[in-house]
Amino acid sequence: MSNRVINWFRYASPQTFYPLAGQLIPWFWALAALFGALGLTIGFLLAPTDAQQGEGYRIIFLHVPASWMSMFIYLVMAFWAATGLAFNTRLSGMMASALAPTGALFAFLSLWTGALWGKPMWGAWWVWDARLTSELILLFLYIGFIALQAAIDDPRRADKAGAILALVGVVNIPIIYFSVKWWNTLHQGASVSLTKAPSMAAMMLWGMLFCALACWMYSIAVALTRVRTIMLERERHTDWVRALLADKE
Amino acid sequence: MHWNSLADFLAMGNHGLYVWGSVLMMALLMLAEPILLRHGRKKLVARLRRQYRAERSEARRNSQANPGRSKD
Repeated sequence: MSNRVINWFRYASPQTFYPLAGQLIPWFWALAALFGALGLTIGFLLAPTDAQQGEGYRIIFLHVPASWMSMFIYLVMAFWAATGLAFNTRLSGMMASALAPTGALFAFLSLWTGALWGKPMWGAWWVWDARLTSELILLFLYIGFIALQAAIDDPRRADKAGAILALVGVVNIPIIYFSVKWWNTLHQGASVSLTKAPSMAAMMLWGMLFCALACWMYSIAVALTRVRTIMLERERHTDWVRALLADKE
Repeated sequence: MHWNSLADFLAMGNHGLYVWGSVLMMALLMLAEPILLRHGRKKLVARLRRQYRAERSEARRNSQANPGRSKD
């Protein structure tokens, strides 16, 4: 048992994590491309027309994965932030910083695809509805996190400040998720949930799941790429970074 | 295959603007992010190598100027 704990913490050191991440990244890209091709083929070429929304519903294959990722990345970011505060490991803060821009990207995409879906279905690009507003707050939380970290010169202090912001903001995630239940909103209810059978055709469901998996793999690949850059930047005074960059000269 | 023709596919039942607008933005950003990352990484590596070279040549100059103190 104790051995396992030690091995786990071994990868918390940037020096060991850096080459491991470098080896994993191409695999995540390959999986992202595979799942993306499957999901888009099913979603855009094979899935049937929706009875109520016609062909416009196909935005679901982009909107739902983007929204899920925006929320899930925030949870992972908050997890790393908490780990960083608790154990003071260098890697945790770097992971949190590496995830934030990708989370912001998906939050933006969720709002963008949502607006383009809302216009034909509701007749409005935007309404101040609980689901939409809380997702907008999520985007602001990501931007706030990035701006706060950018404003503090010392990276360890930036990590701590960002971690507290990330942890406070976590309260917004259940608000987004349950907003369609707690309030009367224009936004439709969950298409897929853990507690009941999905309210959609099997083909649509598979398309959506593959697209979601593609977004997962994309996020992991991008976050690992970014964390490697952050590592080089922050560890530039260490011998291992010097040795690494000297080898390729 | 769900579609009868390419025109059908592109029209998306009169929702083409919305569907393709979503696809386009998502594709654009998900391509731009890794490209920007790659670019930023290359710039950082070049900057660090310059910095290391400058430090090494400065160390050499110092040791030539003060040969007795080179082992400090």
